[in-house]
Parts: sequence; C-alpha cells; structure tokens
Amino acid sequence: MRYLTDRKRAMGLGSGRSGTEAHWQMLVRSVIMGVLAPLFIFTVGFGLGGSYEEVLAYFGRPFPAIVTGLGLVVGLVQLMNEAQEAIEDYVHGTAGKLLLVANKAFCFALIAASLFALVKLAL
Amino acid sequence: MVEFALPKNSRIVTGKTWPKPEGATNVRKFQIYRWNPDDGKNPQIDTYFLDMDKCGPMVLDALIKIKNEIDPTLTFRRSCREGICGSCAMNVDGINTLACIYGLDEIKGDVKIYPLPHMSVVKDLIPDLTHFYAQHASIMPWLETKTNRPAKEWRQSIEDRKKLDGLYECVMCASCSTSCPSYWWNGDKYLGPAALLHAYRWIIDSRDEATGERLDELEDPFKLYRCHTIMNCAKTCPKGLNPAKAIGEIKKMLIERHV
Repeated sequence: MRYLTDRKRAMGLGSGRSGTEAHWQMLVRSVIMGVLAPLFIFTVGFGLGGSYEEVLAYFGRPFPAIVTGLGLVVGLVQLMNEAQEAIEDYVHGTAGKLLLVANKAFCFALIAASLFALVKLAL
Repeated sequence: MVEFALPKNSRIVTGKTWPKPEGATNVRKFQIYRWNPDDGKNPQIDTYFLDMDKCGPMVLDALIKIKNEIDPTLTFRRSCREGICGSCAMNVDGINTLACIYGLDEIKGDVKIYPLPHMSVVKDLIPDLTHFYAQHASIMPWLETKTNRPAKEWRQSIEDRKKLDGLYECVMCASCSTSCPSYWWNGDKYLGPAALLHAYRWIIDSRDEATGERLDELEDPFKLYRCHTIMNCAKTCPKGLNPAKAIGEIKKMLIERHV
C-alpha cells in the first residue's frame, strides 16, 4: 500500500513545463495544411492518369514537385502528432510507450520512402 | 488500455419494481441506479412510480418523495435545493446536471437517473469526488499576493471585476469534468474542465500576483493539453458556464508567453 495523500495523488510528479511548443506547432501546421491540403490534392491529381513519361515530366517541374514534397512532409508530421495524441489518450502503460515509438518509426519511414519516391520521379 | 466495457461486477442488472400508487391518474415511471457496497451484489436499476399530481416540479423533488414515501434506502446528496451548493449533481436523462434545478417537464418519457459517469460510486447516486476535490486544491484556489497587505482591502476596478463573470459562479458540481471524455480516460493526470476553469478564475484576477507560477504549474501535456475542445463541459454545465473557453484562454496566455 502506498501512503499517498489525495493532494499528492492529484499533483503527481508536478508539471512537465512543456506542451505549449507542441500545441503552437500543431496550430501552425493546421493553418499551413488549410492552404496546402487542397493545393496538394489538386496538384497531385493533375499528375495522375498519364503515361509513365508524362508523369515523370510532370513531377520533374518545380511547382508540382515542391507542393507534393511539402504536402507529404507537413501532412505526415501532422498525422504523426495526431496519432501520438490518440495513443496517449487511449493506451496507457508499457503498450502505450511501445506504440508511441512504433508510431514515430512508422511515420518517419513513410516520410523517407515518399520523399525518396518523389526525388526519383523528379530528378 | 482504455476499457470500453464494464467489469463483470459492475454490470447493471434489473432491480426491484415498486408498486404503482393506488388511485393515481398522473403516474410517471422513474428508473434509478442503485448500488450498495455492503451487499456484494451488482448495481441494479430499480423502478419507482410517482403520482405527479402530488410531486414537486424538479427531479430532486421526485427523489426526495421516493426516499420519504417509498424507499428510505435510496441514497443521494442534496443540500440547498436551488443550484448553489452543487451537491445533487447526477446524470438525469443522459445529461449531467443538478437534480434540484432540472425540471421533470424537460424530460420526455421515463425518468432515468444515474450517478455522474466514470467516477467510483460510494453508494447509489453518490460518486466519490475525493480526487476531483484534490485536483481543485492543487490549482491553489485562493488569492496569492506578494506585496504588503493594504490597509483596508485589495481593490479592483469594475472592468477587472467583470472579467470574473462566467467563472466565479462555478459551484464545483463536477458535471463538466465527468462529461469530458478526456477526463474519463486520463482523469488521474488531466485536471479536467472544473479545476481549469477555477485555475483561470485566479489567473485572470487582477489582484492575484502569482500568474506566472500558476501558468508554470499548468503547462503540461496532460494537466492542460489533454483538453481537445470537445465542448461537452460547456454543453452540460447546469450553471451555463463555458469551461472550454476558460481553457482556451489559458492556452492563449501560454502561447503569448511562449511565442
């Protein structure tokens, strides 16, 4: 039995003195995504449906390549952070910690793979 | 992992149905959550019938009538019977509210009454609010000053006093916190809407001189930032307050300090 007072239990380990940076970044990314998401959808959409050579030529142009790259990076970082929030909310203990690591690893791998594919198309 | 189903010993079963009042023409059915920690049984829903021609207009009137005239073992908290003490907070017709100011005419069909959700139950409609009160205590709900005490009293302009409107009226009934999904899943670490509304009440008070320290204590991914602006708190508050707005104001102040 742990002899904890109710107040001590409520205080826990005190304040982490953090969270505002993450909150601010989330807000900034949300605003960026408000502009970037439709731009990304239309830009990538226009590039689809052509022959292999046409797609290569399309993503070889600076504007579609940069918009696609930005959309992938900002979108996947936002996805990673939102997934982290959900995991912290619903999964606790060791399983939660492992899932947080897996989430970061998966999203960074996805970013790396998609950027590699884009660079290969563009160059 | 979050549990989405109740453990076996918490599953609700059908309980006792009490007889209808004889000769009554205007009868209403009440289904009330009952649990007694001493009998070792699962929680149950008991059914009562009341003659509405001989009952007051509020949910609390009905509960008092049931306790006085039908079943004296029915247990619930109540005190002021006018929405000031916050004692009789419970889940009525799916909404966390104060039984004393919730009219029976606002409910369609049978009246279903449960204790505040996602809290340990002490007995019947009484939730254990120990942790909730400890969280309130942790935000230092008092005026914190550093300058010498003035000769008469701490003065405040009319404009500064107005900033406390919509905050000081909170009666700590816990309706908001217990309606918040973030508080359900992380109530051990997340302070919840009620404690955060009170925290903002002291942060925004022009006489308080510990604003920085208060913000320091709140800046935490769980204590404050578990609020996802779901807004159940504002929807359910029986006093018509908006804890989500107060939380948003705290976040704005922290960003102002940060950026």
